[in-house]
Amino acid sequence: MNTSEILETINMIDNEDLDVRTITMGISLLDCINPDGEKAAGAIYDKICRYAENLVKTGEDISRQYGIPIINKRISVTPIAMVAGACPAMSPVRFAKALDKAARNVGVNFIGGYSALVHKGFGPGDYALIESIPEALSETELVCSSVNVGSTKAGINMDAVKKMGRVVKETAERTADRECIGAAKLVVFCNAPEDNPFMAGAFHGPGEPDCVINVGVSGPGVVRAVIKKEGAGKDLTQIAELIKRTAFKITRMGQLVAREASRRLCVPFGIVDLSLAPTPAIGDSVAYILEGMGLEQCGAHGTTAALALLNDAVKKGGVMASSSVGGLSGAFIPVTEDAGMIEAARSGCLTLQKLEAMTAVCSVGLDMICIPGDTTPEVISGIIADEAAIGMVNSKTTAVRVIPAVGKKAGEELDFGGLLGMGPIMAVNKASPREFIQRGGRIPAPLQSLKN
Amino acid sequence: MEKTEKAVITVIGKDMVGILAKVTALCAEKDVNVLEVTQSILQELFVMVMLVDITRATVRVADLGDILDELGEKMDLKIHVMHEDIFNSMHKI
Repeated sequence: MNTSEILETINMIDNEDLDVRTITMGISLLDCINPDGEKAAGAIYDKICRYAENLVKTGEDISRQYGIPIINKRISVTPIAMVAGACPAMSPVRFAKALDKAARNVGVNFIGGYSALVHKGFGPGDYALIESIPEALSETELVCSSVNVGSTKAGINMDAVKKMGRVVKETAERTADRECIGAAKLVVFCNAPEDNPFMAGAFHGPGEPDCVINVGVSGPGVVRAVIKKEGAGKDLTQIAELIKRTAFKITRMGQLVAREASRRLCVPFGIVDLSLAPTPAIGDSVAYILEGMGLEQCGAHGTTAALALLNDAVKKGGVMASSSVGGLSGAFIPVTEDAGMIEAARSGCLTLQKLEAMTAVCSVGLDMICIPGDTTPEVISGIIADEAAIGMVNSKTTAVRVIPAVGKKAGEELDFGGLLGMGPIMAVNKASPREFIQRGGRIPAPLQSLKN
Repeated sequence: MEKTEKAVITVIGKDMVGILAKVTALCAEKDVNVLEVTQSILQELFVMVMLVDITRATVRVADLGDILDELGEKMDLKIHVMHEDIFNSMHKI
């Protein structure tokens, strides 16, 4: 019995916000496809309720047995556009409502998969689904939506990018009475992973098995604490080593929970996603880790380099700790969910331009950023196009989750409450990319050689 | 041979008379066998770590945790009960 290891673990949980962020059950809905929309919606509701019946209880039992907090239990499903394609006469919103009802019934706090994969073009259900997103997100509470508009192999579908600028804005407008929260549940991806357990971008890819358990671990607070405690006087090689070791321990815990959940639910284990996902709790912040490495404030020059080190060290530590790593795996930088980022954005040290650079080396992209309500759909499309281009060229996942704050200007704030947090509205460059966006078409896939 | 299942009980808080006695009494009541105990006082803070065998326990780990939590609240101590798997997986390769 090694007392110091035991006390270290307990300290991580008690004081450093170590937790398993989510157990996400991926459920395929391909066998629910039916030309009769009502029948399909019924089949979807029944299948989710049947498969996920014990998900929440099992999560709570494991949490109690091991003494580890498991914060969220969630569900991801096959992109609904694939199901909706079979019933053109019915609005896909009907499916969103079925998902919402099923999620409530089984007690999960989010269900992801109101999604379409259109990186190379639109299928029959895709148009209808994308057009219905604002209505679906305003009339449901637990449903999350995502659209993949580009990939390294296919290029960027600029017609989809054009559409999404408008859809994001409309979604915010339709939920203007609720802090525009609809837009916080909508992610526009490039290179979207099919096994991501984190919301709002989770969906169950068509290449996945019928049902699978994916687990997302977290722990920015633990990494920050270890740098604070042991990082003094160390060079960056040693800092990277410290982060790796810590990521290893965190991921092992996730792996244990994933295996146990998979065994108890009799569902195959998919992946552990070893992301550092911040929460608004003080201390549980990725920005504080970067500041702990020696930056005066997140957003200062040097932030991108520090984040690159962090993101890579987390992956290296985690990969060895789990039999199967997937999802987004890295460091998230959602502004409104991270106490340090909120402070940095308020003080003006962290700007949208800097965040865009950071997304080239973090695990996802521009995440949970409030922008002025008068930002035009074309500018939002421009933001999406830039972000997708970074992902496409660098063979990584990037995403945009911006929240146009209807009726508010830069400097004011939105407050979503809970894990989604709060944050200042950040200034956006207003010069118009209108003509560029209006052209539509496709940005061809980039060359995979001659990489300079 | 029957596989043994172990858990780790940790008690952290202000030192006082009878902590060990009360915790072990509860363990005995639930057929939880104490295998190892280490305790120390760090800057007036009492820290005790116990390794216990729960193979024949009459309650599950989770319930034992609840029972000891109650005791902890009464005595103003932080008591954790965790399955040993968590420490093995986090600290051993």
